Amino acid sequence: MIVLDEFCASHQIEVSYIHSLEQHGIIQTIIVDKKTYLPADELSHLERIIRLHRELDINPEGIDAINNLLFQIETMQNEINDLRNKLRFFEE
Amino acid sequence: MEYIDYYKVLGVDKSASQEDIKKAYRKLARKLHPDLNPNDKEAHKKFQQVNEANEVLSDPEKRKKYDQYGKDWQHAEQFEQARPSQQRGRGFGQETFSGNFEESDFSDFFNSMFGNMSGRFQQRQTKYRGEDYQAELQLNLADVYKTHQQTLTVNGKNIRITIPAGVENGQKIKISGHGGPGVNGGPAGDLYITFHIVNNTKFRRQGNDLYTTVDLDLYTAVLGGEIIVDTLDGKVKLKVKPETQNGTKIKLKEKGFPVYKKEGQFGDLVITFQIKIPTNLTEKQKELFEQLSKL
Repeated sequence: MIVLDEFCASHQIEVSYIHSLEQHGIIQTIIVDKKTYLPADELSHLERIIRLHRELDINPEGIDAINNLLFQIETMQNEINDLRNKLRFFEE
Repeated sequence: MEYIDYYKVLGVDKSASQEDIKKAYRKLARKLHPDLNPNDKEAHKKFQQVNEANEVLSDPEKRKKYDQYGKDWQHAEQFEQARPSQQRGRGFGQETFSGNFEESDFSDFFNSMFGNMSGRFQQRQTKYRGEDYQAELQLNLADVYKTHQQTLTVNGKNIRITIPAGVENGQKIKISGHGGPGVNGGPAGDLYITFHIVNNTKFRRQGNDLYTTVDLDLYTAVLGGEIIVDTLDGKVKLKVKPETQNGTKIKLKEKGFPVYKKEGQFGDLVITFQIKIPTNLTEKQKELFEQLSKL
């Protein structure tokens, strides 16, 4: 787990921004002994969110929509891969 | 090294205002941003060009120099030497992207006109994860029947990875921390490996099940018997029922392909019998078949 304050300091981002993402249900934080942490496996996801926010001025609602669409794309890509493999079965 | 028309890259006129440039840049950035186009190398490349074009055109000083010497960029250095008091490296574009960019992401044309950009990156304190690397690995179907280790060379580094049995064609796995180095002390990116499974066996694979066709001689098909069939795990003895019809399918439970990351679990092997009618019959055989046909 990563300490939220340290993450925010190193990425120069307000803690309140992370909380607003949490309020929108985009990320989850973990509180242990009154200290807030970010799950380590959320790191790359969160960095992508910060880039989208900082570089494209996308608000949390937009980021949520993008996340959903990217998830749909990934699901479809996996489905395409499965279908390709099935097609390959009949072509062999 | 080729001249780059930054106005064309952003799709604006030479007379475009700063507001027009900003608008064009933002529109293209929203379309081509690497986070919105994962695994799209072409979009990534175009995004770098757009970023570079903005770096120049959004900075009045750079834009002036570019407009003046653009096509004649080889003389840009002389231009700089003639004006030694002029400050360099100032006033970078307010809005250029920071994530995962290195000096090498700028074209030779840009570097020759505007010099080394590394100072700009040193000023930035933000830590960023390194770039994710994408690699492809071709394996034979028989190779992924069992979990095995393989050493790969990615960007000059040898990485030993474990390839789990049952990996699918087109499947992608992530090797954490083996991507590009982080920026400003950030963590390294990840390495994504896409598997291309070449099937050079007589088995066809669908998911975890394998399919094959086995030739059966007429006499065994009619009278029944035992045959030896190949599986990916070796040979197995199989009982053939009397009066087996051509095209009959039988399923050998758990003789198919291993289930990905589920040790000890296997799909099935489906065998289709193809009955071979004897050819080049002897006189005796013909006679016996004729007798049979009259019974």
